[in-house]
Amino acid sequence: MIAGAVGGFGRFILEAAEETGQFSFLVRSTFGWMTTYRIEWRQTLIQMVRVGVDSLSVTAMTAFFTGMVLALQTGASSKHFFNEPLFVGTVVSFALVMELAPVMTAIVVAGRAGAAIAAELGTMKVTEQIDALYTLGTDPIRYLVIPRFIAFMVVLPLLTVASDFTGIWGGYLVAHAKYQIPATVYWHDIVNQMEIRHFVHGFLKTFVFAAVVSLVSCFKGVTTRGGAEGVGKATTAAVVISMVLILVLDYFATAVLNAFGIT
Amino acid sequence: MIDAFGVVKRFGPRTILRGIDLKVETGETLVIIGGSGCGKSTFLKCVIGLHHPDEGKILVDGIDVADLKTEREIADYRRKFGYLFQEGALFDSMTVWENITFGLRYLTDIEPGKYRKIASECLALVGLKDVEDFKPSELSGGMKKRVALARAIAAQPSYILYDEPTTGLDPIMTDVIADLILDLQKQLKVTAIAVTHDMKAAYKVASRIAMFHEGKVLQVAHPEIIKISDNPYVRQFVDGKSEGPIKMKLKEFEAEGASNAHHAKAS
Repeated sequence: MIAGAVGGFGRFILEAAEETGQFSFLVRSTFGWMTTYRIEWRQTLIQMVRVGVDSLSVTAMTAFFTGMVLALQTGASSKHFFNEPLFVGTVVSFALVMELAPVMTAIVVAGRAGAAIAAELGTMKVTEQIDALYTLGTDPIRYLVIPRFIAFMVVLPLLTVASDFTGIWGGYLVAHAKYQIPATVYWHDIVNQMEIRHFVHGFLKTFVFAAVVSLVSCFKGVTTRGGAEGVGKATTAAVVISMVLILVLDYFATAVLNAFGIT
Repeated sequence: MIDAFGVVKRFGPRTILRGIDLKVETGETLVIIGGSGCGKSTFLKCVIGLHHPDEGKILVDGIDVADLKTEREIADYRRKFGYLFQEGALFDSMTVWENITFGLRYLTDIEPGKYRKIASECLALVGLKDVEDFKPSELSGGMKKRVALARAIAAQPSYILYDEPTTGLDPIMTDVIADLILDLQKQLKVTAIAVTHDMKAAYKVASRIAMFHEGKVLQVAHPEIIKISDNPYVRQFVDGKSEGPIKMKLKEFEAEGASNAHHAKAS
């Protein structure tokens, strides 16, 4: 039994190492193809619409309610300690702009667009459409992966900025309706405290998340095996791995940005 | 001409091709037959360069695909081939004419303005018309196969590789596809390799038939000679008999299951 468990663990480690290696090849090929400047612009635009425009409503709604909750909690806490709902605008804006908007937008988009990409590419893989791309003279990395990678890199930062604004608006609604905080106070709490570096901190993180979600989803899609069940597994794995990596890399990205003083 | 020398291909611990030596003469249609898992489709994919042999080599007009490095060289090599996948492998998000002309952008210098006309011509060659704007999901199985064939010939290849072209089709459509393969052979003067289980279609289209078994070539001969072959493996396959030297896995499991049940009962 112990031998079986050790063997199983060893197999898991070996498979994880092999997948990591294959993923590295995909990343290298992606950047390699991009340096040749032969980009499929039409496909890239289509992906920007699918990843960006179609995700806007759900990310905006998520950010809106997050802003509302933040305002609710901050107002309640500061009333408890200071008898006044203080710094609600500051807390809402800083939390959203530096952390919550980048992370939650990336997670929502991973669940929506990342899953769709893994499912689409996985279905193409199991029906030999990826092999067909080779036989018709193009490379699947160039035709499928790069447009999605570029789309994410352009669109996720924009979605995050939209989330920043909608979240701050959501926070204002609660601040005004529940705690009677005047608009001028709320906005001054933000404008007086926030500097460009705070915005840049959150904005730069989105590029890391965009790269991770797009490449992990594409990788899981193009390496799918085993028919419909395999597509389902690939889709789930793409979302779970993307989400875990977003949270893990958030820590390291924050640490690096702090070390450079962008904080 | 396609020349395979000692081709070995492994996937992890499994060796699929164990030393294939095969020559396909220019202008002929070679049909490869054999049981499931004997390496027929794997060999076909090695020829077009989707897989690279672990040992041995495949030369197409004297060029070894493993030697090709630049994108230009690989595109020139791929242009020689049309590949018909078993399930068609049409791109779901594109219409029929977009599917057929997809490869032209990468394999040829033809202006995009002429693509639709070329698609209609290719469809006419495979006996279809007025389906240019359909999506693959709106086509029947036979139509999908024919559209996939039209896509395979759009860039005017010198070689066409058919991976189980008649599998899953009704008997009439099977004969239609077999006739198409013969027609294309005559009209386009291509060299073809077809992988199939369908002996009727094999006899119809083949110049020679090669039988694969467990990753090796058992026999290569004219269809009339294969029909009366005294090789027991070839005999069992072409006659379609379950009893013989080719052991199918299902029967082995049944025998094991019966034996285990018998031992359990006895104890």
